[in-house]
Formats: sequence, C-alpha cells, structure tokens
Amino acid sequence: MDFGFVLLVEILYAVASLALISAGLAVVFGMMKVINLAHGEFMMLGGYAAITSANMGVNIFIAMLIIAPIVVGLIGLIVERLVIRHLYGRLVDTMLATWGLSLFFIGCATMIFGNTTTGISTPIPGFAVGDYQINGYNFFIIIVSVVLILAMLAVLKTTRLGLIARGTMQNPDMASALGYSPDRIYMATFFVGSALSGFAGAILAPLVGLVPTSGGAFIAKAFITVIAGGPALISGLLSSSALFGFVGQVFSFAASPVIGDVAMLIAAVILLRLLPKGVTGRFFKGKL
Amino acid sequence: MPKSWQKESAIVIAIALILVYALPFAINTFTLSVLLIYGMLGLSLGLIWGFGGILCFGQTAFFGLGAYAYAISAINIGESTLPLIFSILVPAAFAALMGAMMFYGRLADVYLGVITLVVTLILFKFINSTASPIYVIGEARLGGYNGIPGFQTLNIPGRPDDYIWGDAFYYFCFAALVIVYLLVSWLLRSSFGRIAIGIRENDERMSLMGYDTRARKTVLFAIGAAIAGLAGGLFANWAEIVTPGLFSLGQSAEIIIWCIVGGLGTRLGPIIGAASLAYLKFLLGQQSMIDNTLIMGLILVLFVLFLPKGIVPAISDLWAASFGRRRKRLRKSRRGTRVMSNG
Repeated sequence: MDFGFVLLVEILYAVASLALISAGLAVVFGMMKVINLAHGEFMMLGGYAAITSANMGVNIFIAMLIIAPIVVGLIGLIVERLVIRHLYGRLVDTMLATWGLSLFFIGCATMIFGNTTTGISTPIPGFAVGDYQINGYNFFIIIVSVVLILAMLAVLKTTRLGLIARGTMQNPDMASALGYSPDRIYMATFFVGSALSGFAGAILAPLVGLVPTSGGAFIAKAFITVIAGGPALISGLLSSSALFGFVGQVFSFAASPVIGDVAMLIAAVILLRLLPKGVTGRFFKGKL
Repeated sequence: MPKSWQKESAIVIAIALILVYALPFAINTFTLSVLLIYGMLGLSLGLIWGFGGILCFGQTAFFGLGAYAYAISAINIGESTLPLIFSILVPAAFAALMGAMMFYGRLADVYLGVITLVVTLILFKFINSTASPIYVIGEARLGGYNGIPGFQTLNIPGRPDDYIWGDAFYYFCFAALVIVYLLVSWLLRSSFGRIAIGIRENDERMSLMGYDTRARKTVLFAIGAAIAGLAGGLFANWAEIVTPGLFSLGQSAEIIIWCIVGGLGTRLGPIIGAASLAYLKFLLGQQSMIDNTLIMGLILVLFVLFLPKGIVPAISDLWAASFGRRRKRLRKSRRGTRVMSNG
C-alpha cells in the first residue's frame, strides 16, 4: 500500500518534471517551428541565476519563480534578435546555430562559474509515508507543473494574446495579412519560451548539482518529448511526457535509473518509428 | 569519365606524397596522426550528409563503436589485423540495422536527427554504466566510465610483437586516409553515388524513377559508418585507451561543426575542417584564458550565419570568379561555339 503510493508519487513526479523540462522547447517549436538546441543551456543558466541570487540573500522562491525566468528570457531575447531572427524557415540551420549557442553558453558558464558543481539545498523538508521517505520538493514540482500547464491553457484559450498566438501557429501568412507582425510575435514567443526554460531550470536546480554541462542531460529528454508529442502544443506535451515519464520511472524502479533512461529513449525510438509525426499527428488532431 | 578519374587520383596521390613529407616539418607526427583520424571522421559525415542528405547527429556513435570493437577484440585476439577489420564491420552492421529501421519507416530530417541523437545517448549511458566486473565480453571488461586501457595496439599483420607506432603509425594513417578518400571519390563517380546525390536533391522524384531510395540510403549510411568506424579503430590505437567520452554529445557536435566549416557537398571540405579545427582546439587547449568550447560554439554560429556553405566552396567560388571566367572567355574567343557544348 505504502509502496504503491510512493510509486504513484514518483511516476507523477517523473511526468511533471518531464512536462516542466519540455514546456519551453514545446512553445518555441510549436509556434515557430524552431528547434532550440540551446534549451538545455537556458535551463542551466536559469539554475545558475536562481542559485546566484539566492546566495546573494534573495528569498529562494522569488529567485526561482521570478528572477530566473526574467534573466533567461532577456538572454533569449538577445539571442533571438542577434541569431535566430536571420534563420527563420531554415530548420536545420537553426538547429545548428542553436547547437553552437549551446556550446557558447557552456563555455561562458565554465569561465564565470568554473567547472565545479554548485548546489543549493531543497527549501521544503521531506516526510515519511509508512516505511518510506518522500522528498517534499517532488510535490512542489508536481504542483508547479500542473499550474504551469493550466496557465498555458488559459492564456492560449481565453486571452486575445493567445488567440493571436494560435492564429500565427496555424497560418503565419494569414496572421500577417490581418496586421499582426510575425516578427514581433516570434520575438515575444521566443522570450516566453526562454523564460519557461529558465523557470524549469531554476525549479529543478535544488535537485541536481549544477555544472556548466548539465544542460545536456535535459536537452535530449526535452527534445524527444517535444518531437514525440507532435504538432499539438499542450496535448502533445502532456501525452508524450505521461508516456515517457511512466516508462522511465517504472523501469527505474524495476532495475536502475540508467536502465530507466535507456528504456525511455528506446520507447521514443519505437514510438517515432510507429508514429513518425508524433502522438498528436495521429490522435487529438486539431486540438490545442 | 574513367580517364579523368585516373587523372584525378594521380593528382591526389601526388599531392598526398608531397604533404606526407612536408607536414611533419610544421607539426609533430603524433598530433598529425590524430588530425588525420579526425579528417577521416569528418569525411564520413561529409559523405552521408553532404552527398546523401542524411543529417546524422550521432556520427560519433559509429566512431565510438569502431574504437570499442577494436579494443574489445584486440584484447581477446591479441593481434591487430582482425580487430581493425572488426572496427569497420561492427559499426557498418549496426548502421545498416539502424538505417533500415529509419529509412524503411520513412523518417526524414528532424526525426532522423532525433533518432540518431537518441541512439548515441543510449550507447553513452549504457557504456558509462558498465563499470562493474559483470560486464565482460570474452576477456575484455567494458570498464564503464574508466574506459578500456591496455589492449594490443596496431602491429604488422601476423607479427604481434612488431608494433606500428610513432612515425610509422602516421604514415599508416595517411595511407588509410588517402585510400578512403579515393574510394569515396570512386563511389561518388559511380552510378550509385550519382543516384545518392539525386536522392539528396529530390527523394520522391528518384523513387518515382524506379530507384529504391530506402535501400540506397541504408547502404550509404552503412558506408559512412564503416569509415567512421575505421577512424574509431585508428583513434583507439592513437589514444591507447577507449572511453565513453567517444559517444558524448560534444564529440557529435564537433563532427557537425567540422563539416559546416569545411563545406558540405565537397570531399575535401570536411577533412580540412576537421584537421584545422582540431588543431585550433589543440592550440587553444594550451592556454586557459578563454574556454575552447566557447570558441567552437562561436565558430559554428558565425559560420551558419555568414558562411553557411563553408570554406572550401567559398574559396573555389572565389577562384572561379577571379580566374575561371577569364579562362572561359579566352577559350571562348579561341574555340568559338564549341565551348557551349562542353559547358
């Protein structure tokens, strides 16, 4: 009974963290058809922003929830204006350029923070369920992810901004004919996407020791989640992170975390082989 | 065609003969050997990406597989001839399986990138986690993140005590690179190569013309992997240790940067890109002011933005613009209309 509860919480946590990791990439890919391979490094920068400001005496929740997204969002804005803007519509070139950016950021972080592990303790204590100890922070991540997904849904469904965003997603030419500048929409989207990446990185920072190369651990997971999710933004994100989170966590429990990761990656390969356009390319067509 | 092929190979061999003796005056042969190995690795991706249009994010998987195949079989056999052949065959067989799965599933561009990246990561994670002594192939322990040291290095076939090392190893690498280069040139001139280029330009049209594009892409992918595997086998001999770092994302990124900087769609470009950037990295590694990952990243971004075609095509365009036109005009005035048919 206790074991079942722990397993359930762990699976929910895996799904939630996968959704959190992938949200920023999904927004940028879904709206702009740009694959940002520097996504992992944006997360890494978010983590550093949160830890640095927490060490300077800022409340950790303010540092994670407000400062990190803004800092990384601004970095994203600069990147978009300087680099990405010139490469719209050239999928492979944007992937290569953002991969270059990711190396660039790793280099910067190594020079500034050094090649050592930086960490911060989790601000929420753990508690016991029967014979097991659960990390209280896992609940925080689950709640944050649920709130985040609901907020994204609300913005896209109910606000005028969301309507413009969805319109641009469906048909950029039509949106521009109606007087909305795609250039500015893309700029705003990239800002939001990077801010989300920084947010996710900051939230996860207390759980992992940060090194300049820790972005690489996130990018592969985020990448497969978004691609396997397919064209629909939120249902794709939810369905693929549910699937991969479940597979990964069950195998982690059954064997070891490494086997869990490998099982998740193999599941991704099989899924793409069966559904080359991702989950929402076949199911939930035309949904958000 | 055959005549110009012979002419070209004669020129290539002549230039190679000059370079093989000239280069050691500038750089020591130990460093040169690894530059040649990286050149071969660059050429392998240049072949499948530049001529086959297959963007593989995990070319380093085949490099690593080749190195591990060499190390494991060298420990078990104790002689280097067969292991070097294994280092070609194992990655090629692996790539053929992987390619068949991808191309018969009609996966293209981004999805291809994801699968190759993911497979590389799987290998990286798997090899990294094999530190415990239960992971043994024959007498070779996989060693996890410690890698496999202490295997038989390259020797004269049949005589395990006569090692090929130092200068001899450099000549061996040079010969291997020239042979691979000539084989690639020959392949691209054959009908297989021209159809591969056709597939790169328009997959659907080639398949409507009756060519089985899936099978052809799979074969090309396997050939690329075989070259990368040979480079891996040689690298294992150079480094005398193989580690999971061979499968890392950073290594993958580097191969792609070499191709972009050198120039896609050329045979020489990826080799030059690989050798010069690897040498640059070597030089940068001697100072600690600026992190060399930063420089590599900056180079990739700047090339994608300002010189997406790469160095070699840019130089040959420049050459054609400054000298080619004049020569053409001269010829035109001399021969009149015959130039039109020669084009």
